[in-house]
Amino acid sequence: MAALEADTVGLPAALARFGVRILWHPTLSEESGVEAHAILNAVLDGRQPLDILCVEGSVLRGPGGSGRFQMLAGTGRSMAWWAEALAAKARHTVAVGSCAAFGGLPTAAPNPTDACGLQYLDDEAGGLFGPAWRGAGGLPVVNIAGCAPHPGWIIETLAALAAGMLGLDDLDTLGRPRFWADHLAHHGCGRNEFYEFKASAEAHADMGCLMENLGCKATQAPGDCNLRRWNGDGSCTDGGYACIACTVPGFQDSAAAFQETPKVAGIPVGLPLDMPKAWFVALAALSKSATPARVRRNARADHVVVPPQNRKPKP
Amino acid sequence: MSRPMTRPMSRLIMGPFNRVEGDLEVHLDIADGVVREARINAPLYRGFEQILQGRAPLDALTIAPRICGICSVSQSAAAAAALGGLAGVEVPPNGRLAADLVLACETIADHLTHFTLFFMPDVARAAYAGQPWHDHAVARFTAIKGAASAEFLAARAGFLHIMGTLAGKWPHSLALQPGGTTQPVDMGGKVRLLSILGAFRGYLESRVFGDTLERITALDSPAALAAWAAEAPPASSDFRFFMHVAEALGFDRLGRGGGRFLSHGGFFGGGVWDGALSFFNPAQVIEHLDHAWMSTPTRPDADKPGAYSWCKAPRLDGRVMEVGALARQVIDGHPLARALAADEGATVRSRVIGRLLETARLLPMMEDWARSLRPREPFCAEAPLPDTGTAAGLVEAARGALGHWMTVENGLIKSYQIVAPTTWNFSPRDDAGVAGAVEQALVGTPAEGETPVAVQHVIRSFDPCMACTVH
Repeated sequence: MAALEADTVGLPAALARFGVRILWHPTLSEESGVEAHAILNAVLDGRQPLDILCVEGSVLRGPGGSGRFQMLAGTGRSMAWWAEALAAKARHTVAVGSCAAFGGLPTAAPNPTDACGLQYLDDEAGGLFGPAWRGAGGLPVVNIAGCAPHPGWIIETLAALAAGMLGLDDLDTLGRPRFWADHLAHHGCGRNEFYEFKASAEAHADMGCLMENLGCKATQAPGDCNLRRWNGDGSCTDGGYACIACTVPGFQDSAAAFQETPKVAGIPVGLPLDMPKAWFVALAALSKSATPARVRRNARADHVVVPPQNRKPKP
Repeated sequence: MSRPMTRPMSRLIMGPFNRVEGDLEVHLDIADGVVREARINAPLYRGFEQILQGRAPLDALTIAPRICGICSVSQSAAAAAALGGLAGVEVPPNGRLAADLVLACETIADHLTHFTLFFMPDVARAAYAGQPWHDHAVARFTAIKGAASAEFLAARAGFLHIMGTLAGKWPHSLALQPGGTTQPVDMGGKVRLLSILGAFRGYLESRVFGDTLERITALDSPAALAAWAAEAPPASSDFRFFMHVAEALGFDRLGRGGGRFLSHGGFFGGGVWDGALSFFNPAQVIEHLDHAWMSTPTRPDADKPGAYSWCKAPRLDGRVMEVGALARQVIDGHPLARALAADEGATVRSRVIGRLLETARLLPMMEDWARSLRPREPFCAEAPLPDTGTAAGLVEAARGALGHWMTVENGLIKSYQIVAPTTWNFSPRDDAGVAGAVEQALVGTPAEGETPVAVQHVIRSFDPCMACTVH
C-alpha cells in the first residue's frame, strides 16, 4: 500500500508514463475469482506475456513444506507454487519489500511459518527459487527491500526495468537496486549536527542523535531515506525514532530491543561498518569535548532551547 | 453439518477476492439463485503472536504495525495504548493530539481508499452495462483507470503528508510511543498541517460530497439525506452518485447484518449497540477456536477437523458483533446513523454511508486538533515499564474495534493477543456453530453466475483487511 501514493499521482499513473500497464493487482484490479484465474492461467500457458512479476510478502513454506499457510484463494494452490510458476514465465521478477526479498518479519524467531524470501533467507542466497535462479531477462530476483520500501524505489525500479535500463551492474550483492542502496539512511539526516558532536538524545522526542542510546542504525542501513524523504518531508530519524535498518536482511531479529543501542563498556556496538572502531571512539571523544553548549542542550530538549547566535554586526 | 436438502444446492468457491486488503476465499451454498450458507476462509497464517513472545515489550511498537500495510498506525496506536496502560503514564496534550491526528489521517485515507478504489469499481462492471447511470460509473470509477481513482490518489498522497509531518512516514512509524509522540512540530509544522487539511477539505467538498462537510454532518435522518441527494444531479458528487446507485440496486436491502454493534470508542463514544446502548466489558471477549485451524490461541493446526479458516471467532459474551464506521456512528449516537440502523439495519448502503459520514465528521475534528497543538510544549512523557504486568490497548481502526492484550513477565512479553476488526466481521462459525457477521450477512444474497456481483458488494461493504485478521 506504500506505493499507492507514489510520485504524488499514484501508482498506476506513475507507471503509465513508462508504458507499464498493470496486468493484475490484487488490491487494485477489477478482476476477482475466475476472472483473475483466467489472467493467471493465460500467463502460465504462454498466451499472455508477463514482463515483470512483482511479489509482495514472504513465501510461507509451512506447515511441513506444504505451503498451506498461504493459499491463493480459489485456486487450491499455495502462493509459493504460484510465485514459482509465474516467475518461470516472467521476463523479470521483483521482490517488493523485505519480506519477499529476504523473508522479513514473518521469519523472525521462531519463524512459525517456515517463511523465506524469493531468493534469500536473510542474507543467505537460496530462498524459494535457489541461488542459481535467473529470470528470462538474465537477472536474479530484484530486491526492493525495505519495510515498507519507499514508493519511489518501487516506481523507479519498475520503470528502469521496463525501459531496459537496469542490468546486473545496477544491483548490489544482495540484488538491491544500487540507485538507492548505495546510499545510507544516515545521509541527509536532519540530526546531522548532533551526530557530528555525538550530542545524543536520551528520551523520545529529544532532538539529539539517536545512535548512542535509542537504537538508530542509519549509519549502517542502505537507503536514500533522508535524501529523498517520505510522505512530503518526513523520515524515520527526523520523525524522532530509530532507523531499524529495514532494508538489511535479518533486521527483524535485532541483536537488542529495536529502540535501544546495545553497548559494550559504554561504547555502542554497531558502529559505521567501514570505519576503524578505535578511530570512531577517538573522534567521538574529541567531538564530545568540543560540543557547543547550544548543541548539547538542544540534544536533550524537544524543541530548540538555545538558538544559533547571530553574527555580530560589523562596526 | 447436516441440513434438509429440499432443493438442488450448488457450491461456489470465490477467490482470490480482489480489492480487499489481503487474502480471502468465500464458500457459498446456493439454491434458487440465492446464498443459503456462507463460509469465510482467511487462507493466510503468519504467527505474529508467536513472534512477539519473549521480546522486549517496546518491540511490539516495531512488530505489530508490520502486521498490515494499510492499518499500520492503528496497530501502533493499540500497541502504544497497551504499553501506556502498563506504564501508567499520562500522555501530554500535544502527544494525544498528534497521535489522534495520525490515526484519524489513516482512518480517512482508508475510508476513501475503500470507497473509491475498492467498493465503487464494482458498479462500473460490465454486468451493469445498460443502466442509465453506468456511463458515469465507468468514466469515474473503473478500476485503475477511472477519473476518481487518479484524483483521489493525488489527494491522498497530499493528505498523507500529515504522516511525514507528525510520524516520520507511513506506513510503519515508531512515532507513537506509550508516553506520546516523537515528532514535535514547530509553528511552521503546525501551519503546514492546517494547509494539508485545508487542501484535503477542498477535495472532499468539491469531489466526494459536493457540499460542505458541516452540511453533511448535519444530515439527521434518511429523509434529510434523500432530500439533500435530490438537490443536485447524481453526477455532481461521488456521494450523490453513490446514493443514486444504491437506490437503483437496492443496497439498502442487501447484506443485512445481525444489528449488534461494538466500538471501543476513541474519537467517538464507545460501547455496545443492540437496539439500545450498553457498556462494553472487554472481559467478555472470548476467541472461539472450533472452526479455526488453531489448536490454541497461538498454535496452528492445519489438519484440524471441522476447521475452515485461519481466522479465530471472537464473540462478546457469546454474541456476534459487527464493527466499523457504521457501528461507531450508531454507538456515538449520530442521528442519521441511528435512524439508518433502525430503518434498514447494517446494509451495504448504511455501511458505506457510515464511512462517508464519519469522514465528514472527522476532518473538522482534525482541524481543531491541529489548531490546538502548542509548539514548544511537550509531546512525549517518559514511560518506564514495570517488569511484570498485564494491559490492554483498545482502539478503533478504520475498520473497527482493534484490541491488543499484552502480558509482561520478567521484562519480556509473555503473551500477546490481537483481535482485529476483520477478525470480528469475517470470523468463521463459533463453538456453538453460529456463523460470523459476514457469513450471516451473505445469506439471502442473489448469487447467479461464477462471480456474483451482489456477493462482492456485500463482502466489500465490510471493507475487510484480511492481513490484520490473520496476523
